Amino acid sequence: MAAINRDDVAHLARLAHIEMSAEELDRMAGELAVIVDSVKSVSEAAGDDVPATSHPIPLTNVFRDDVVGHTFTAEQALSGAPDSDENRFKVPAILDEA
Amino acid sequence: MSTDEILSFEEAMEKYDPVLGFEVHVELNTKTKMFSSAPNVFGDEPNTNVNEVDLGMPGVLPVVNKTAIESSIKIGLALNCKIAESCRFARKQYFYPDTPKNFQTSQYDEPIAYDGYLDVELEDGTVFRVEIERAHMEEDAGKLTHMGGATGRIQGADFSLVDYNRAGVPLVEIVTKPIEGAGSRAPELAKAYVAAVREIVKNLGVSDAKMERGNVRCDANVSLRPHGRERFGIRSETKNVNSLRAVEHAVRYEIQRHAAVLDSGAPVIQETRHWHEDTRTTTSGRAKSDADDYRYFPEPDLVPVVASREWVEELRATLPEPPAERRKRLKADWGYSDLEFRDVVNAGVLDEIEETIAAGASASVARKWWMGEIVGRAKAADVDPGQLGVEPATIVELAQMVEAGKINNKMATQVLDGVLAGEGTPAEIVDKRGLAVVSDDGPLLEAIDAALAAQPGVADKIRAGKVQAIGAIVGGVMKATRGQADAGRVKELILEKLGVTV
Repeated sequence: MAAINRDDVAHLARLAHIEMSAEELDRMAGELAVIVDSVKSVSEAAGDDVPATSHPIPLTNVFRDDVVGHTFTAEQALSGAPDSDENRFKVPAILDEA
Repeated sequence: MSTDEILSFEEAMEKYDPVLGFEVHVELNTKTKMFSSAPNVFGDEPNTNVNEVDLGMPGVLPVVNKTAIESSIKIGLALNCKIAESCRFARKQYFYPDTPKNFQTSQYDEPIAYDGYLDVELEDGTVFRVEIERAHMEEDAGKLTHMGGATGRIQGADFSLVDYNRAGVPLVEIVTKPIEGAGSRAPELAKAYVAAVREIVKNLGVSDAKMERGNVRCDANVSLRPHGRERFGIRSETKNVNSLRAVEHAVRYEIQRHAAVLDSGAPVIQETRHWHEDTRTTTSGRAKSDADDYRYFPEPDLVPVVASREWVEELRATLPEPPAERRKRLKADWGYSDLEFRDVVNAGVLDEIEETIAAGASASVARKWWMGEIVGRAKAADVDPGQLGVEPATIVELAQMVEAGKINNKMATQVLDGVLAGEGTPAEIVDKRGLAVVSDDGPLLEAIDAALAAQPGVADKIRAGKVQAIGAIVGGVMKATRGQADAGRVKELILEKLGVTV
C-alpha cells in the first residue's frame, strides 16, 4: 500500500467536508501513515491463499421477510430536525452535488 | 442559460459514429424497503413511510429484504445474466440531503448479476443485441423539492424540503456495456431498449414500471467518434430522462450537440447533463470531479448474499414467458399481418385480445372489436382500453348474436355502448331496446321498391353490370328501416328483383 501523504489527507478532508489547517494536515499525514503501516502487518500474516474478507463472522443470507413493520409519524420523524416545513425536513439549497 | 450550438442530425451522422450506454434504475414493488420494514408505497404523506433505519439514526442496523433479492435475481435471469454465487453490499459515500446516512447502500465490485444481454426489437422488426454489463442492488434516495427561486429548479433556490418516504426503496440498476453500431438508429434504439427493460420488469411482476412515477428511470450516456475510429470519444451523461419519448429525444439532441462541439475543434467535456422536457435540450450539470470519489467500501453491517444454484434454478422456473417470445407466438397463432399485430401492440390490447380469444372469439373478431370499437372509445374517455371494463364474454356474446343474424354490426356497437353504460348484458339490452334484424322479407321488399322508385336510373346501372351502384339502394332501405334490416339480405333481394346474378 502506498504511503499516505499530505495531499491525500487534504483530498480526504475535502471529500469529508472537514476544514483542516496546514499544521493539522501535516500532523494527520504522519499519524495516518502510522495507522496504515500498522494495518499492513495483517497482509504479512495472511498468505496468498487467504481471500480478502469484508466481514469477520462467517454468516451469509441474513434476510427479513417482506412484511410491513413499524413506522414513525411525520411528527416523530421530524422531532430531531433542526428545521422543518410542510412535514418535510428543511435544508439549505445545495448546488452541484446532486 | 446559454444555448448550445447543434448540428443537424443528418450532418452529425455523416461525420460521426455514436456510442451509447445506459443506466436504468428500476424501483422494485416489494411491500417494504430494501433494508427496513417501512412500507414501500408511492404518494403517501411526506415522512410517514419511514422508521429509524430510513432516517439513518445512530446505532440502527439494516436487514436485507429477501423478496428484493429474489426480484433482483429474476431481473438478472430475464436479462440473460450470470447470477453471482456470492455478492455483497458496499457503501457509496457522498454528502447530500437526499440520503440521511451520508452514504447510499449499493453494490460495487460484486453485483448480484453480470454479463447478460437483451435482444431489442426496433419498430421495423430489426433485432439489436444490447450487452448488459451488470445489474446491482441498491436503495433509492429521498425526494428533494427546491423552494424559492423562479423555476422550482435548484438554480436560485433558497432552501430544499426533504421527504424520506422514498429513501430505502429497493432499486436495481441495470448497466449496459458500450453500445456500438447503432448508427443513425441510435435514438430509436435508446427508446426501444428502455421500453424493453420496462416491459421485462413489468412482465416479471417485480416493478410497477410506471415511468411517470419514477419506477423506471434512465441515465443516457452518449459519445461520438469519427467513422472508422475504434477509440471512444468523451461521453456526457444525461440524467433522469424519464419517459420513452424523452430518451429518444435526449440521445438525438446529445448527438447533435456533441457533433457541433467536435466540429468546432473543442473537446467534449465529460459531464452530467440535465434534460429539459419543455425545450427538448440539455444543460450542463457539473463536470466530473472529486465529488465522484465515492470511497466505496464493503458494508460492515450486512453479510454477503449467497445465491445457491438451487435457489437460482427455483427462481428461473417461476419466470414468465419473455415478452418478445410471447409476441412472436401470439402473432403466429392469430395469423395477423405485421401491421395488424404492431397496431394491436401499440394500442396496448394484447392481453385483452388474448383473453377474448380464450373466451371463444375468433382472432379476427377479437381484433375487430378491440381495435375497431373499444380502443377508440377508450381514447375518447382518456383511459387505457383495458380499463373500460369490457369483459371478453361480452364480446363473444355480441359476435355470436351477429353471426346468428339476430342483430347486425351496427346494432352490436349500440349494444356495446349499452353495456359500457351499465344497462346490463348484451341479451338484456337487445330485449330492452327491442333491437332485432328485420328478417321478414315483406317489409324489406316494400322498402326496396320505394328506394328504387326514389332513385330512378340506379336499377339500369345495376342491370348494366355496375353492381357497386347497389349501395345507394341498400342505403335507402337501411335508412327506411332505421338500420334494423340485414344489409346482406337486402342486397340479395335487390339483385333477385332485378334479375341480376353476381
